[in-house]
Amino acid sequence: MMYRSVFPRDVFAELDRLQREIQQAVDYSPSIRGIGRGGFPAMNIGGTAKSVEIFAFAPGVDPASLDVQIEKGVLTVAGERKVDPVPDKASIHIDERFAGRFRRVVSLPEDVDANNVHAKYRDGVLHISIARKEASQPRRIAVQ
Amino acid sequence: MSENVTTKQAEAARQEAAMLPPVDVIEDAAGITLFADLPGVTRERLNLHVDADTLTIEGQVLLDVPDGMEASHAEVSLPRYRRVFTLSKELDPDKVEAQFDRGVLKLRIPKAEHAQPRKVEIKVA
Repeated sequence: MMYRSVFPRDVFAELDRLQREIQQAVDYSPSIRGIGRGGFPAMNIGGTAKSVEIFAFAPGVDPASLDVQIEKGVLTVAGERKVDPVPDKASIHIDERFAGRFRRVVSLPEDVDANNVHAKYRDGVLHISIARKEASQPRRIAVQ
Repeated sequence: MSENVTTKQAEAARQEAAMLPPVDVIEDAAGITLFADLPGVTRERLNLHVDADTLTIEGQVLLDVPDGMEASHAEVSLPRYRRVFTLSKELDPDKVEAQFDRGVLKLRIPKAEHAQPRKVEIKVA
């Protein structure tokens, strides 16, 4: 039997909805902050035994405009991306790049040391490395 | 034979999964300006080709990942970007200018001389 919609909708809107549904099923962590794909900057997060590593993909940003803060176990990356003004009598054919102010918030594991953070901006990627507290790092115990 | 192998390799490279970088394309009277976001790509790993009327932008992502890191969340999950555009015939592929800074590529593709706008004079008899 053919499925009939009560109110026929644009096929692209329907595809868009379908894509969002699939995405939701694939994203395993339904975070309250709604870690959204497609947010700016895109973020990759990983960890080693000694540190938590965060990569924020923020191309074309003046490093001086970047504001990185850690407060109450939450990391905030904020800034502004300025885009060249469009000259007069020019037409825009494709407009996909993000422009304007941005802010992204990530909750950190409990064992990070907020006083031992390194941040570096290179090739449009902000790399933040936060050390874990000494006490929580694995330690080898020598057997006498 | 060797030629066959190289085409096969090229074919394989083309099939590799890549991310589509976001772009802005702006046209004015003298040409087209294209901006592409390629964060994590160094100048050496950025590849631009113009082949007949096809413009290919390719870049490899290189992150400074410490040894033994386990990823817990990844929005950028592929190691390369690729995007292909077809140039229209009034554009001059020999005069493409490229700048790459902080992960943003700026390409300027001018229109060929003969395609530049010309004011048509109307003579009144």
